[in-house]
Amino acid sequence: MADIVFESVERSFKQGGKEFLAVGGIDLTVKDKEFVAIVGPSGCGKTTCMRMVAGLEMPSKGRVLVGGKEARGPGPDRAVVFQQFALFPWKTVQENIEFGLESLSMSSEERRQKTARLISLMGLEGYEQAYPHQLSGGMQQRVAIARAYVLEPEVLLMDEPFGALDAQTRVVMQEELVRLARKNPKTVLFITHAVEEAVYLADRVVVMSRRPGLIRDVIEIKPIREKEGWDQYSRIEDVMDLSSFVQLRSQIWKLLREQNLGVDH
Amino acid sequence: MAKLDRLNQGEYILWTGLGFTSFIGFWYLSDALGLVPKQFLPAPHEVVLKFIHLMNEPFSGYTLLAHIASSFQRFLYGFILAVLIGVPLGLLMALSKFANQLITPFFESIRFVAPIAWVPFAALWFGTGIGGPVLVIFMGAFPPVLINTYRGAIHVDKKYLEAAKMLGAGRFRLMTEVLFPAAIPSVIAGLRISAGLGWQSLVGAELIVASSGVGYMMVKGQASIQTDIVMSGMIAIGLIGLIIDILLRQAEKLAVHYKEA
Repeated sequence: MADIVFESVERSFKQGGKEFLAVGGIDLTVKDKEFVAIVGPSGCGKTTCMRMVAGLEMPSKGRVLVGGKEARGPGPDRAVVFQQFALFPWKTVQENIEFGLESLSMSSEERRQKTARLISLMGLEGYEQAYPHQLSGGMQQRVAIARAYVLEPEVLLMDEPFGALDAQTRVVMQEELVRLARKNPKTVLFITHAVEEAVYLADRVVVMSRRPGLIRDVIEIKPIREKEGWDQYSRIEDVMDLSSFVQLRSQIWKLLREQNLGVDH
Repeated sequence: MAKLDRLNQGEYILWTGLGFTSFIGFWYLSDALGLVPKQFLPAPHEVVLKFIHLMNEPFSGYTLLAHIASSFQRFLYGFILAVLIGVPLGLLMALSKFANQLITPFFESIRFVAPIAWVPFAALWFGTGIGGPVLVIFMGAFPPVLINTYRGAIHVDKKYLEAAKMLGAGRFRLMTEVLFPAAIPSVIAGLRISAGLGWQSLVGAELIVASSGVGYMMVKGQASIQTDIVMSGMIAIGLIGLIIDILLRQAEKLAVHYKEA
């Protein structure tokens, strides 16, 4: 069981001697193997929420529990895919993907097998010995996803992972992630400011508001997706044309608008 | 800051050549006009001839190449010692605020002491053994290595550290696989400064605590008022210094074969 539980979580920062509340009182449960996307405008604290699950930041008040245990520091059980990829530029694709496995106790043979599997799964064959700067943005992002997936984490945290990609690459990556997530479900917390992306990927979409970051609403996607059979379409544009998709999208869109939250997308 | 345009190749050769030619020209001129007594300032060609002569004929027991080899060996010991201690210590200081506070105040208070100031102790502790010059070189080479490693390591983008921690890396792996590779450009810049300072301090040390080496050769030359020998020593020091710097620049190119993505 790897569920994520936010228990009245607050997070404040000091800025110029003044304290301000970035995240103000979040209660949320991401169930085991559930894919939850958080949408909201820049500065609504959604990244901070993810970082607290990752253990890269601590709540000022309340608790964040992962699988019943408090997240006190970063670890390979909660793999993060960063917005800026954060691949090690001095390591090859292979070395980047293997990095996390080397902290776990396993034979080098096992390590090589797991890495090879992810390399083939993410379509990175032939680029094992390449350095990140020699790859396109989309390929770099695939390495970053492979580096997280290879750890077989129970929880996957993704912070606007496709934000830095061009539109065509982003679509391909979204489709790949959907296939990966449906085939091999994990507990995923996915941060984005793109409403369509959230509706397409997630089982539930959490809408946040700005200053302090609060949950405005939680929209169930999964029941509608399953009823309308979205997963039989392999292309994102076919799903986006469905009236059930359009309806959900505008519902969330309106939520963001009504609060006059200044959505930047 | 005013930005200089790059010279084209013709201009490059012209101005470099002009610089050298005028320097040699003034040197010859002062020689021809007798501005300085002959024995205090030999003519350029006399120095060159002496330099070549010293390659074959031993002076103070050794040929010029043997003196250089002996100096270079001491330099290498002191320099490598400075790198072996300075680099890990700099990384440790960047990773642990406790280590940083433990080392910094002590380090700050001794780094302004000129390496040459250690010569009396070098002589007392090691006599004319190899330990003396090595100590002096170490004192010159160590601070830039430590400071540059530390600065390079604290400026490593936080995202790499977070990624490594998320991937389960402990302190040792953070140091060796993240901080160190990320700090290499700064470390090599430090090595270049430290090689320069170390090489300079070496000759200073040899003036006093050695029985071979380029510095020793120069002292002996001075004692017998053979200024052409002193100048040959100066040329040897300059050339070897230049070679060390070129080698380190090559090392940087080899080590930093990647770009920030």
